[in-house]
Amino acid sequence: MTMKLSELTPGVPATVLQVCEQGSPDPIASRLRDLGFVAGEPVSLVAHGPFGAEPLLVQIGFTRFALRRSEAARITIELPGARA
Amino acid sequence: MNSASLITTPLSLALVGVPNCGKTALFNRLTGSRQKVANYAGATVERKEGFFVLPSGRHARVLDLPGAYSLNATSPDEAVTRDVCLGQHPAEQQPDLLLCVADATNLRLHLRFVLELKRLGRPMVLALNMADAAARRGIRIDAQALEAILGIPVIETIAIKKKGAANLIAALDGHLPPAPPKLAEDADLHAETRRILAATVSMPSPTSPVDAAIDRWVLHPVLGLAILAAVMLVVFQSVYAWAGPFSDGIEAGVGLLGELAGEHLPEGLLRSLLVDGVIAGVGGVLVFLPQILILFFFILVLEESGYLPRAAFLLDRFMVGAGLSGRAFIPMLSSFACAIPGIMATRSIPDPRDRFLTILVAPMMTCSARLPVYALLIGAFIPDRAIGGVFNLQGLTLFALYMAGIFGALGVAWVARLLGRRGAEEQALMMEIPAWRLPNPLDVLLGLKERGMIFLRRAGTLILALSVLLWFLATFPTPPADWTRPAIEYSFAGHIGRALAIFFEPIGFSWQICVALIPGLAAREVAVAGLASVYAVAGSGEEETAQLLGAAIANEWSLATAFALLAWYVFAPQCLATLSVVRRETASWRATAVWAALLTGLAYGAAFLTFHITAALT
Repeated sequence: MTMKLSELTPGVPATVLQVCEQGSPDPIASRLRDLGFVAGEPVSLVAHGPFGAEPLLVQIGFTRFALRRSEAARITIELPGARA
Repeated sequence: MNSASLITTPLSLALVGVPNCGKTALFNRLTGSRQKVANYAGATVERKEGFFVLPSGRHARVLDLPGAYSLNATSPDEAVTRDVCLGQHPAEQQPDLLLCVADATNLRLHLRFVLELKRLGRPMVLALNMADAAARRGIRIDAQALEAILGIPVIETIAIKKKGAANLIAALDGHLPPAPPKLAEDADLHAETRRILAATVSMPSPTSPVDAAIDRWVLHPVLGLAILAAVMLVVFQSVYAWAGPFSDGIEAGVGLLGELAGEHLPEGLLRSLLVDGVIAGVGGVLVFLPQILILFFFILVLEESGYLPRAAFLLDRFMVGAGLSGRAFIPMLSSFACAIPGIMATRSIPDPRDRFLTILVAPMMTCSARLPVYALLIGAFIPDRAIGGVFNLQGLTLFALYMAGIFGALGVAWVARLLGRRGAEEQALMMEIPAWRLPNPLDVLLGLKERGMIFLRRAGTLILALSVLLWFLATFPTPPADWTRPAIEYSFAGHIGRALAIFFEPIGFSWQICVALIPGLAAREVAVAGLASVYAVAGSGEEETAQLLGAAIANEWSLATAFALLAWYVFAPQCLATLSVVRRETASWRATAVWAALLTGLAYGAAFLTFHITAALT
């Protein structure tokens, strides 16, 4: 099953599929790739902020990043075992 | 190269690495206090350079480049790092050796950047920093294998330990390692990073279990906010409680110096210049040094420990609602003590527009220099009456003034973002939440020294010059012998104040207020002394003077004028020390002029409304 990282339930492990550009060039998308959001990378949601469930605390590789929902929505992911 | 020339030509190094790799700690470890901090010309990016001597006697010059995630720069800081590494920076020579620093506990992110740097084909060394933390977490790194795969020397360092850089210093002493084999331009850096990690590193868990446990509390939606409130309370309590004795000491010292100078110099202009101009002017600003240092101590400790990005995480959504980012929180909060450390703390905001907006609104927070002015006006015009049994009308007025500053700032930020949104790209957060770390005393001390020196240098140069100028305006021309009114009325300041009165008349300011605002430009609280000299009141001590002055203005001013002056004080950018820091931090006179014009306009508008509404109601 594929979805956006912003839709992932906290604590559920997933894998990055790709980062989608919104407009070109999209400096946010290329920065996300530099930070390690690339195909095949394990990713999970750790927590979210107290106001409006923003921002998201995301674990990628050995690092944690705070991403706003609009940033996380650029990242498509897939849940494990869903590869059909 | 023979050994003689090895010793005579200094080695030039540049420290490069991802933010939070411990680069600055390593810089401090290598150079101790032999550091020079300045800004790149025309830019707001800090340039940190240090010096040390290798065991062979060869001198080394090391540049601490701003942290960068990638050479594909997204901020002015990262652009400097990119340009220096590529040898394209107009003011900087390409370094002999890139000293890459990577956090051994965060290699997935950091190694990718090392590979990106390797593409440049420059001689490099990799410092595998925080080797101790990695060992504690059971992370095993085969440094020899890593060295073989990367083709560059890999040296383990512990930047926070005394001998932690000894291996590195030994490795730098001698011939430079040859440039590593260039990576293919189209190589997939992520795939390469994963391959290297798989071959050389074993990692029991992706994050430290201790960190995860702390974060469950600190980032909790309810508990996290409660902890944040508690931390801020402790910080502010300490700033006011601890700074008090030191500020009093400085004030007493300045007073004593003034008296001494007064006794030993003959009556005349030189004495007046030294005592009333230089000593009083610079002293009035120096009094804030203890508060600034204590505040920066806490900011540095919170920053080093990793708490600051977490506070920004908690408050980001709230601040975005007002058009700011979560990172603006600490600068805004610091400004309650003094706008100077607040504006200096905006350095942690990478986006230039976010940063300017924060610099714009931070001075609206009620700084401690406004309190003497508020106290004078509230004491003179607001009756000391209990409201609802618990509150006091005077206290409520003070509270309202604080709130006016806060909501004014949020409102301005909101409007600015609304106007700026057209055609502007999205503001990014993408903020790393680093591992928790115990702050290292050496790093905190060096950081404190650096910021204290910035403030002192300002006080010693620009503020000194401005104090002399203000003294000149308030002293010359000297009145004739038969002049019976206050001397300041006869001076340039008196004339300027009277001329300004035309502009300030619509907001209810008398020419006396305008005259007092001129010396008040040095520091806001000096306006109280300015008013005292305009109204020619002098008590035996500061408190008595304030009482007499309160009685005098209660007689002379309408309530509307008093309220308008309070409204003016909430917004006006009138402290020149702040102005000079804005100039330094924006590196642009144009931005500084825009900043001053916006705040003055806002103060004028607020005072205008306050004056007319109060006048209509009373």
